[in-house]
Amino acid sequence: MSPRTFLEVQARRSFLRDSMAGIGTAALAHLFGVEGRTAETAADPLAPRRPHFPARVKNVIFLFMEGAPSQMDLFDPKPALRKWHGQPLPPSMTKDLKLAFIKPTATVLGSPFQFVPRGKSGVELSELLPGLGSIADDICLIRSMHSEAFNHHPGQLFLFTGSMLGGRPSMGSWVTYGLGSESRNLPGFVALASGSGTSAGSDNWSSGFLPATYAGTVFRSTGDPILYLSNPKGISRQSQRNRLDLLKQLNEEHMEQTGDLEIASRIHSYELAYRMQMSAPELTDFSKESEATKAAYGLNDEGSRAFGTNCLLARRMVERGVRYVMLMHGSWDHHSGIEAGLKRTTAATDKPVTSLMRDLKERGLLDSTLVVWSGEFGRTPMSELRRPDDPNNIGRDHHPNGFSMWMAGGGIKPGQVIGRTDELGLNIVEDRITVHDLQATILHLLGLEHTKLTYRFMGRDFRLTDVHGSVVRKILA
Amino acid sequence: MSHRTALFALATALLPAQTIDFVRDVQPILRTRCTGCHGGAQQMSGLRLDGRDAVIKGGYSGPAVKPGDAAQSLLIHRVTAANGLSIMPPAGPALTTAQVETLRLWIGQGASGPSAPVLETAAPRSNHWAFQPVTKPALPKVSNEAWIRTPVDRFILARLEKERIAPSGEADRARLLRRASLDLTGLPPTPAEIRDFLADTSAEAYPRAVERLLSSPHFGERWARPWLDRARYADSDGYEKDWMRPHAWRYRQWVIDAFNRDMPFDRFTVEQIAGDLLPNATNEQRVATGFHRQTLTNREGGISNKQFQFEAAIDRTSTVSATWLGLTAGCAQCHDHKFDPITQKDFYALFAFFDPMEESDIDAPMPGEMGPYLRKRDEYQSRRQALLAEYKVMDLMPEWERRMQEARDTPGKWTDWDLAWDCLLKLTDGGDGEKIIAIAPARRTPRQQDILIDHFVKNYHFAVGQKRYGEVKFKELDQKLLQLRQTYPQLSQAMAVEDGPARATHLRVRGDYRSPGIEVAAATPAFLPAARAAGARANRLDLANWIASPRNPLTARVAVNWIWAEIFGRGLVRTAEDFGTRGDAPTHPELLDHLAARFVEEGWSVKSAIRTIVLSNTYRQSSSARPDLNTMDPGNTLLARQSRLRLPAELIRDSALRAAGLLSPQVGGKSFYPPQPAGLSDLQYGKNWGIAWPESQGSERYRRGLYIHFQRSTPYPMLMNFDAPKGNVALCRRERSNNALQALNLLNDPAFGEAAEALAYQALLEAGTFEARLDAALWRVLGRPASKREAAKFQAFLATQRAVFEADGEAAKTIAPAALDGVPRSEIAAWVTLASVLLNLDEFITRE
Repeated sequence: MSPRTFLEVQARRSFLRDSMAGIGTAALAHLFGVEGRTAETAADPLAPRRPHFPARVKNVIFLFMEGAPSQMDLFDPKPALRKWHGQPLPPSMTKDLKLAFIKPTATVLGSPFQFVPRGKSGVELSELLPGLGSIADDICLIRSMHSEAFNHHPGQLFLFTGSMLGGRPSMGSWVTYGLGSESRNLPGFVALASGSGTSAGSDNWSSGFLPATYAGTVFRSTGDPILYLSNPKGISRQSQRNRLDLLKQLNEEHMEQTGDLEIASRIHSYELAYRMQMSAPELTDFSKESEATKAAYGLNDEGSRAFGTNCLLARRMVERGVRYVMLMHGSWDHHSGIEAGLKRTTAATDKPVTSLMRDLKERGLLDSTLVVWSGEFGRTPMSELRRPDDPNNIGRDHHPNGFSMWMAGGGIKPGQVIGRTDELGLNIVEDRITVHDLQATILHLLGLEHTKLTYRFMGRDFRLTDVHGSVVRKILA
Repeated sequence: MSHRTALFALATALLPAQTIDFVRDVQPILRTRCTGCHGGAQQMSGLRLDGRDAVIKGGYSGPAVKPGDAAQSLLIHRVTAANGLSIMPPAGPALTTAQVETLRLWIGQGASGPSAPVLETAAPRSNHWAFQPVTKPALPKVSNEAWIRTPVDRFILARLEKERIAPSGEADRARLLRRASLDLTGLPPTPAEIRDFLADTSAEAYPRAVERLLSSPHFGERWARPWLDRARYADSDGYEKDWMRPHAWRYRQWVIDAFNRDMPFDRFTVEQIAGDLLPNATNEQRVATGFHRQTLTNREGGISNKQFQFEAAIDRTSTVSATWLGLTAGCAQCHDHKFDPITQKDFYALFAFFDPMEESDIDAPMPGEMGPYLRKRDEYQSRRQALLAEYKVMDLMPEWERRMQEARDTPGKWTDWDLAWDCLLKLTDGGDGEKIIAIAPARRTPRQQDILIDHFVKNYHFAVGQKRYGEVKFKELDQKLLQLRQTYPQLSQAMAVEDGPARATHLRVRGDYRSPGIEVAAATPAFLPAARAAGARANRLDLANWIASPRNPLTARVAVNWIWAEIFGRGLVRTAEDFGTRGDAPTHPELLDHLAARFVEEGWSVKSAIRTIVLSNTYRQSSSARPDLNTMDPGNTLLARQSRLRLPAELIRDSALRAAGLLSPQVGGKSFYPPQPAGLSDLQYGKNWGIAWPESQGSERYRRGLYIHFQRSTPYPMLMNFDAPKGNVALCRRERSNNALQALNLLNDPAFGEAAEALAYQALLEAGTFEARLDAALWRVLGRPASKREAAKFQAFLATQRAVFEADGEAAKTIAPAALDGVPRSEIAAWVTLASVLLNLDEFITRE
């Protein structure tokens, strides 16, 4: 049955039930999910739906580090690079590299940063990540990620939609399409941006060919947190309620006349919109958070405030049942000035991420939440020098083979390192994990079988993992 | 001992040293494990393994066997999953070591065997309905002859009578006019139009109204929009910085004009697919090929142009195929599909028509532009040359060109010039920088030379650094050149295509641009009637003529199905994009064929096809639900009633502006930028490169939704909330979703607030009493007066709101900024909130 037919049938069923009760406020409340999964029978495309098999987590927080963080300066120590520092690599080693800006003859750049063993596992992490080091036993570090893309926009599309070409739904859209939303007052899929903006723009949270209902809702840092959330100027809460009450009466009357069930769905949308108006300000109001919490999230520091605010929002959203929260922070695209650049981006993010993890754990939310930290690919062991007359401004180019990322939370086996790259970080030598594998694994943790979560568009059944991907069992607890 | 020699030793131990015989030893392996998919009945990936010569010949990836060299033979790679290939056979256990070794030995010994000609598979015949010729079926007989207005009704009624379902009565007249106005022009009728219509009680009133709407200039706007969905129209590149495409609108203009002039659909087809190849192609015919230019462009540094040119050609193939033929060839990009007649080879044979196509930007003057341009051209050029001389451009440029070419020839030598070269490949505006720089300056056209100079002035800093760039003051010069251009009349530009030199096209194994397979010649799919090539080899024009031919069984069917879907919300074939074996079957196959045959007979006239449908009784039925149909025909596929359809995004905005009296009547022109919330473009990466949203002023802001500048990376939010397409791939059917963000959008977006305000003032100015004012507003918004019950509700609401605003004078002033003689501010404000409720009604955003 196509989703559309499914909805038509469901709408009819609920109409038969509700037409007996009359669509009053009480009936609407009944219709839309107070009793959890039985709301599957409602005409609400966001009603919670059962997963394919029992899920390990209910929610996802995806910390997207836009621009491709440098793995050999953060997660994957390569002492050998110091030996090669300043010299080009032999052509035999570089012949298969896909490079964006530099040529294979570029000289090697040893990391200027020290690596320190952390936690019981002794995993070596960069001195730039003291916070993450302190929770090293809570994360599963992957050093063998592979992407097909070596430029940002295709790389981001690939990471979030499974294809380098535009037009497909983002992971959060697939998840809400598959599972619906647990929140009665907030969107199921939220996107939060800080820093310089992402090069894939709205493609990163687009519903692609899925209905707009499944698109990520952007929480904005200026103005209304959700677009058009506030009443227009001069419209008080009372006026708004009056408008909605009249609207509902007139819509109900028209539904009686036309018998069209879509109107019930429209009435529901307006009620959800109103609840969102009431709830979102409470969500974004941090006055009940302690000063210690705010400080821990880095809200008192100019450099980390924007991302820290989003991390705290993410925790509050997960508490309130938001299914999929996507944080984007840019830019890690350090083609030049990598040393200063990495200091800045890690200072902006390490502390908030650490506090988010601690906070989720203390509140018992980490067991039901999956936290993912990743860029769209990694960076080259070789240097990039855009202005030869300014050698201090050195950086690294794009490198899709052997980048690092980490996962934590429900269903994840923590305190382990998966995968290995060669001594220069050019290639993966153990446990190659593709972006499609990562997507399959994330869906698996949510109780979704990635080959079965499909949508027919333009004559073809599409899925997030295209025709690839397998669940990475090693990651799982 | 290496792994392979170990296996070899093992195998020689198992098999006595002997000559492998193809028939005795090899064929049994192939027969049991391979020929099910690669044999006589089916040739997946073009491969047959049922004879020695067939094995050697191989399939899409080339020869399966290299006689004498097992290690270089694809057959061995596949059965051993070598080189990262997935294993064959894909199901069941892998071949045993002994079987693999037999194959290896056979190849090593020269792969001999009985020679038999490879059987060419006969072109597959398909008995699928959509691939059969269109016939004009006999008109069915019906009992209720009185119900028949146009032939459409016979087919619909015959089916209903068979199911013993009675059709619905006619919609009330005002609603019918609103329906037809929205369907034909995308705008609700004005109160005056409704009154005229209601006053005319003759039988001819409705046909007259339909004629008026068909000849309205807004007709082209309404019908262009779904076509632009197919064309994946947008005003920006799509990728990363998402550069703007200031000339994209010229193609949109062409589409609107074509619909307004009722350009025959076959010509409409040929000009868009291959207008550039027509003999003595006109500018307008070249503009039409802008259809192909709507693919996304990636100008990210370091990106592989080859990859994205390949992906664009793939997209053009799929888009033409889905748009005109209703064939979604998506799977066939990568592999043969078991259930689809279109093979991977068919797909690449179609792709071969688009492979040699190159992008070309052209002067495309609108009427009236040429004279003023020519009169001022010399003056403009001399002032431009003076500026270039003042900033010593021609002194610096030769050295820049020399070093750029050096960077091209010796990559890696100078990293700064590498970057500058890459920027020339990506950022040249209006032409192909790589090509132009390779032409000696004296042999460049003036246009080419200007393009290169403009690029040089703008981007010299990549090569020499900002310090030097500052010294030569090119930023200042760039501004002056821009100002100069803006001072003098210029010609409109258009994005078009042309064919480059003929080239060999290769199938791509697994759809990967890096894996060329066998060479394929341009050809139309084998299961459809063959195309005729005018020249030695078939080109894009031959393809266009083949698509636009009455002999093509798909084109007319797909076109009338599209028209039907626009009018009824659902095609006779629901899957408008997929007439293949996996798509839905038509609900009324004879009606579809009747309409298709008639479409061709009537000279492919879109307006005639629409007229036939909207004059039918089927169309004129009421859209109210009927309890009896809930179980018999819940999806309304039999059309015993009309459907209620939520309006597309653009039309919701257009309708609100029209009801408020704000809508700008301007038809056509460049895209505009309605006000949007601050901070929206902050989410866009291009902001770092100065890509902004230059908000339009005055009446520009109130132009129709299809003219809203479409920035792919940050589209205007209202369009996205209401399911407008994102312009990445062709879209043949829009979703009609229903969600909370739509509610917030209509309730709180200042644009709709502005419409509510204007609507309230209109109503207050038009009449004096509550009842008259309410009716004035309702006529504008819903095309009908208020019922008594509604009026009571509105009156109660007004009383409440009046009290709210009496208590809060500031709020009243905010809501109702202008005073009206004799009307208290609280009254005006209360009416504004009432008007806003009207613009949120389900009835308002729905075509009933």
